[in-house]
Amino acid sequence: MPVQVNLPTVLRPHAGGERTVTVEGATVGQVLSALVTQFPGMSGQVIDDTGALHRFVNVYINDDDVRYLSGVDTPVGASDELSILPAVAGGMLPSVTTRPR
Amino acid sequence: MLTLSRAVHDQMVAHCLIGLPDEACGLLGGDPDDGLAATCYPTRNLAASAKLYTVDPKEHLRADRDAEAAGGAIIGVFHSHTHTEAYPSPTDVTQAPDPSWHYVLVSLRDTEPMVRSYRIVDGTIEEEPIRLLGR
Repeated sequence: MPVQVNLPTVLRPHAGGERTVTVEGATVGQVLSALVTQFPGMSGQVIDDTGALHRFVNVYINDDDVRYLSGVDTPVGASDELSILPAVAGGMLPSVTTRPR
Repeated sequence: MLTLSRAVHDQMVAHCLIGLPDEACGLLGGDPDDGLAATCYPTRNLAASAKLYTVDPKEHLRADRDAEAAGGAIIGVFHSHTHTEAYPSPTDVTQAPDPSWHYVLVSLRDTEPMVRSYRIVDGTIEEEPIRLLGR
């Protein structure tokens, strides 16, 4: 079934600048696979080679992070909206926590 | 260049100070074309660490929706360095999610907080000027 996918700014250039696209799928994994098939520029940025979620993205169905549901196996309905956002994180590596003064 | 209202600047610094002894983080919403950060979205640091930060994904989604509803977007992220200078760490660089974003560092190492902004594109760090609006 067609599912609306909201794209983050970093992926929009791969979809002709569109903020929202519609792809087919009945699970999160199917929707993301269809997305990458339709827009090959997103390859390697959303799901990895095994079909698992890329560790640097967060995927939501409506308001819920799919990692707290069933991940890529989470079922998706036609009234659901899927959103992709980059995971935003950082910090100091142990080896660089004390910089020489 | 990143343009900040005094209110956004102060909100950002206050959130970082309140977060001590951990790193604090948040997002900036505004106009991606002119680099004006109109809204500060303080977020929870899920890592709850003095050396690492992770923006709460649920709060990120809410901020993203709010910024888009206002006709803008999330245009950057800020986080504090509690004991080091306001310069991106190697992890900040490898995990920088969007080359169009502004990466703001708030150093709390010295008595006076130091705020600096950077662009991070393909692993290259470039500092950019910050323009403060208002007094």
